[in-house]
Amino acid sequence: MQALTPAAAAIELRGIEKSFGSVHAVRGVSLRIEAGTITGIVGENGAGKSTLMSILYGLYRADAGEIWVDGRLVEMASPRDAIAHGIGMVHQHFMLIDTFTVLENMVLGAEGGVLLAGGLAAARAELARLARDYGLSVDPDARIADLSVGEQQRVEILKVLFRGARILILDEPSAVLTPQETDRLFRILQTLKERGVSVVLITHKLREIMAATDRVYVMRQGLVVVERRTADTNSEELAELMVGRKVHLDLDKAPTRWGEVLLRAEHLSLVDDRGVRLLDDVELELRAGEIVGIAGVTGNGQSELLQVLAGIRPPSGGQLTVCGHVLDAHHPGNPAQMRALGLAHVPEDRLRQGMVAAFEASETSILGYQDGPPFTRHYLLDGPAVGAHCARLMESFDVRPRSPALRSSNFSGGNQQKLVLAREIARKPKVLLVGQPTRGVDIGAIEFIHRELVKARDAGCAVLVVSVELDEILSLADRILVMFAGRIVGEVEPGRADERTLGLMMAGADAA
Amino acid sequence: MRPPRRSLSGALPVWAEVALLPLVNIALAFIVVGLIVAIIGVDPFHALRLLVVGALGSSESIGYTLYYATNFTFTGLAVAVAFHAGLFNIGGEGQAYIGGLGCGLAVLALDRWLPAWLMIPIAIAAAALFGAAWAAVPAWLQAWRGSHIVITTIMFNFVASALMVYLMVNVLIAPGSMTPQSRTFAPSGRIPAMHDALQAIGITVAPSALNLSILLALACCVAVWVFLWHTPWGYALRTMGHNPEAAVYAGTSLRRMTMLAMCLSGALAGFVGVNELMGVHHRIVLDFPAGYGFAGIAVALMGRNHPLGIALAALLFGALQQGGAELAFEIPTITREMVVVIQGLIILFSGALAHLPRPWLQILFARRAS
Repeated sequence: MQALTPAAAAIELRGIEKSFGSVHAVRGVSLRIEAGTITGIVGENGAGKSTLMSILYGLYRADAGEIWVDGRLVEMASPRDAIAHGIGMVHQHFMLIDTFTVLENMVLGAEGGVLLAGGLAAARAELARLARDYGLSVDPDARIADLSVGEQQRVEILKVLFRGARILILDEPSAVLTPQETDRLFRILQTLKERGVSVVLITHKLREIMAATDRVYVMRQGLVVVERRTADTNSEELAELMVGRKVHLDLDKAPTRWGEVLLRAEHLSLVDDRGVRLLDDVELELRAGEIVGIAGVTGNGQSELLQVLAGIRPPSGGQLTVCGHVLDAHHPGNPAQMRALGLAHVPEDRLRQGMVAAFEASETSILGYQDGPPFTRHYLLDGPAVGAHCARLMESFDVRPRSPALRSSNFSGGNQQKLVLAREIARKPKVLLVGQPTRGVDIGAIEFIHRELVKARDAGCAVLVVSVELDEILSLADRILVMFAGRIVGEVEPGRADERTLGLMMAGADAA
Repeated sequence: MRPPRRSLSGALPVWAEVALLPLVNIALAFIVVGLIVAIIGVDPFHALRLLVVGALGSSESIGYTLYYATNFTFTGLAVAVAFHAGLFNIGGEGQAYIGGLGCGLAVLALDRWLPAWLMIPIAIAAAALFGAAWAAVPAWLQAWRGSHIVITTIMFNFVASALMVYLMVNVLIAPGSMTPQSRTFAPSGRIPAMHDALQAIGITVAPSALNLSILLALACCVAVWVFLWHTPWGYALRTMGHNPEAAVYAGTSLRRMTMLAMCLSGALAGFVGVNELMGVHHRIVLDFPAGYGFAGIAVALMGRNHPLGIALAALLFGALQQGGAELAFEIPTITREMVVVIQGLIILFSGALAHLPRPWLQILFARRAS
């Protein structure tokens, strides 16, 4: 392909840096996107892919570094600049107005005059040309709400092309698509490439990288760790590079003493309003005295699994047995009932779910347990008892500062997490669900939290840990289940767990 | 007492947040009011003196100030309870109206047979029930149907108003009466006036509209405070207001909590009917809510949604109402409408523009600290 000459890169990034507070999201990244190619950027969540693309699209400003488009140094102060330079972005979450037609969405922001009619007519002609040139046919008069998700995405792509983009960035485009729709998307991308459009595909799915791209950059912890021609590499190598070989955190664990089954999920499924299958026939058993780790890339159903198990969302099908109680779609549990059965839940997003930022720590320390003794007596909350309870939790879980009257939001992430964990473990639950136990938590607190989870296990609790940190899963779990696309695609023993196989399973390479 | 929960930033000390900011707001409002008063040719300081004396100068004027404050306390608490649940109840006006209908109906039905000690509690309960029921419909529409409560509560004010006119003109009008009002309540259906109650224990004050409903208002302040901060339901209600997802996580049904919060809110607003009809008019009349429901929003905002703050804000609003009436009486150029403008400005500065002086205060405090 003639476009691969080094002189005329469609985009070149040089030494891009970006920090958010103390988080160094992108560390001196340089990369080239050749004209008329499909370039993949792959990496785990938090590797810096999306941040990098947001900088390219003018949504964020880089702290340092240069952006070159077609061999010219440019300034990207806003998406307007990016569009002016022929860069278009298709976001993971569509930016379409449901009640408008395709055509109306198309002219949004480019109406062309006081009266719509002229702009609409021009857009209709342009849409017909795009459909002819790129094979992207969509009924211009269809309402967005009536289109399938795949078609909506096509409208997003058309919108970008309509604004004259020659460089197309797609952020996790297949996240909401069925496999068939994904294949169709890739055929479209192929056509676009043949017509000279450059495509950047951001994804964490290796199968898509291998199927669609010409060249791939692997990012990890804000760095580009490697650049490869797709033809010269394979899924195994990319998985290894993406996950990164690291030593396990050493954790002293007594041998597992498996007890009775405390939680069992059978054929559990969850379908959302749009008909997307979030959980698909999940089978799961959790025994007393074990930690089961669920590995997987974010967005493969782990969050939904936790919500269903905790009673927050009712399942669409299947059956759930918690400590002998059977629950299903017709008799869904609710979080209060689950707690009464002996299930505790440390949610994935502690700020949004696990606590109330504006509450005092002591108030946060009883969230979910406020009804009944020991905190409520004679219909009144026992303030001193709540305060004493919080002080005890803070003492035993080393929450700093030890001030029950301090607002919850004034504690650091690690201390917030310890407080939430303490609250849930203090009730000596039979089943403990933990989502992302150490997300946003400093290293000292990570060790502490891990030890407490093992302690709970040794006390006979059945622990389920969902984490995107593979190291965490490997060091904590007695059994590892891998989730992909709403299914549990495999089980691995941590002793024999091999990061490469795990990475492959997580990326759906086996399931493909 | 706890510090207020709502603040945009933590840069100000608590005392400045609670006391200084509202005072600066009121001062700003008075400066603007003073300018307007000067423009229409009245000495602002003379007007201010008349206002203060009119509100607090005699036992009669103090009585009226407290009587108005009673109404403002009820509606202020009503707005605050809903606000703590993350709901904006703009239907206080209609809920007060229908609450009045409730207590009026109870009295009309039973006052000839029941003694006062039984009649009054029943009528108060009826006011609460009717007010709650009027708030329950918008609450239900939001919880189950997703209709926004701001829209529906406003609509329900109009429905309440039309319904009351219909009932008063066609159904409840006293036989032979030319004005749309019910027959007079029997003595057992009246709440004793404060001057009579005080007379009974040997204290003489000038007669005013102030009646023992003010004790109900004070009891409501305490009850709301206990409910919100010292019961598990109040805790769950505040959790929902701050973070609905956390409330779901904690096992609270958002629908049921929405119903609970709005019903409590409506019941509190309904007590305006007790003060007005059983305490003053002694019959059902038209238009007695007279804007108290809307003013409750400003009272709650100014009182930072805390019962103590609401009681203080209600006092201020009561004083303005009473002092303003005196002002209009004493100075012919200051009409009744002018007084409404003055009240509106104070509401504007302490409600909608409550955070206007915050950046200046922040700069001031930052400079002093450095």
